[in-house]
Amino acid sequence: MLFELSEVSLARGNRRVLDSVSAEVPAGATAIVGPSGAGKSTLLRLFNRLADPDAGTISYRDRLLTEYDPLVLRREVSLVPQLPALLEGTVESNLRYAADLADKQLDSARCLGLAGLDPDFAGRDVAKLSVGEQQRAMLARALAQQPKVLLLDEPTSALDHAARDAIEATLAELRRELEISIVLVSHDPEQARRLSDWVVRLEEGRAIEAAPVEEVL
Amino acid sequence: MSTSIHLSPGQVAASLALVVLAAAISFWQRADLERDIGIATVRSFIQLTAIGYAIKLIFEADTLWLVFGLLAVMVLFGALTARARAKKVPGAFWPLLIALAVAGVTTLGLVVALGVFEPTARYLVPVGGMVIGNAMTASAVALNRLGDEMAESRGKIEATLALGATAQEAAAPTVRRALRSGMIALIDSTKTTGVIFFPGTMVGMLLAGANPTDAVRLQLILLYALLGSVAIAGLVATGLAYRNFFTPAQQLREPGA
Repeated sequence: MLFELSEVSLARGNRRVLDSVSAEVPAGATAIVGPSGAGKSTLLRLFNRLADPDAGTISYRDRLLTEYDPLVLRREVSLVPQLPALLEGTVESNLRYAADLADKQLDSARCLGLAGLDPDFAGRDVAKLSVGEQQRAMLARALAQQPKVLLLDEPTSALDHAARDAIEATLAELRRELEISIVLVSHDPEQARRLSDWVVRLEEGRAIEAAPVEEVL
Repeated sequence: MSTSIHLSPGQVAASLALVVLAAAISFWQRADLERDIGIATVRSFIQLTAIGYAIKLIFEADTLWLVFGLLAVMVLFGALTARARAKKVPGAFWPLLIALAVAGVTTLGLVVALGVFEPTARYLVPVGGMVIGNAMTASAVALNRLGDEMAESRGKIEATLALGATAQEAAAPTVRRALRSGMIALIDSTKTTGVIFFPGTMVGMLLAGANPTDAVRLQLILLYALLGSVAIAGLVATGLAYRNFFTPAQQLREPGA
């Protein structure tokens, strides 16, 4: 099992964001679906320990997450946040930063290509990219670390239909080419159906279902 | 430095005419600052008179322990004052206290070790006061900026953490900007010194009848010492304080947590 959650709870102030969530996430492509405020993004952040639950346990490949060095874990389980947040500089300097952290050789043309960007984006100043381009540059940056798992928070939320289709095609290709596992947060059931083979449905912080996509959607 | 001037209480009282003028302008222009002007005048009178007597006692006793005691009190009050301006930085007191203490000890230690000043109360008390005061202002500005920047850059910092960067690596650009803003005011005023404004020590020495060359040399020593102390204080304060925004597992703490 890729991830296994057992009785995971987390509160922010007086609000229970996750309430006793138990679910399994197998290798492959999983979509976390549910309405806004259901706790989807919070759950994703727990998978690479950007936050820890108040109660309950999460394991990754049959070992507790807390047993991993968080820095090593995050280079293997890479999270791409919903809002683009690149470092000042060029696209290339962002990719290099990520590759150096993971101690990986950088092939920026390949990373950009996988994220659906032309190789000449490498020299572009990130401040001059559109939001959609930034979102893809974020994906390329994550790929520069050659992660085993990609955690994607609403990867197409800021994109028009054409750009969304391009990203979705990219994700499908990534799975074929790189044998990468993907956990994706989406508010769109159609997208979940197109991209995933396993679905975890959250509502008001509780896991309602965790099952193959054809059973849930 | 042997010359000195003597001023009577009457002369001080006469200068109050300018305070009355300030209050009159405030009243005339409805700036509503008359009360504050009054409080500032009374407080400056009481505080300076008290510290004047304290310094007189310390000079007369001429023991270094009293000097260290007074400097320690300055560091403590400096840290408490600066903390009020660094409200968005969790646990800002200790980084500030350590920053001011390290800046004071290093700067005074160096000027004494290099033979610039003798280790006596006459030098250490006023120079220490300036060093700690400037270090306080710089570290307060730096931490104030750090608090704002950490809040504004949350997304970027967390996205960098998500790549497996350490807290130090993720916060580095933010810490750098905070340190810069703490140091820049003194650097700018040092650049314009003698052109746009005359620093207080030089003015004081000239008024007291000192040779202008001596006044300038002393002022230069102090400006350079202050640059050093401000850099040390900013570095230590930001270098310690940014850690309070992160957990040991290199996670960004929730605001207010």
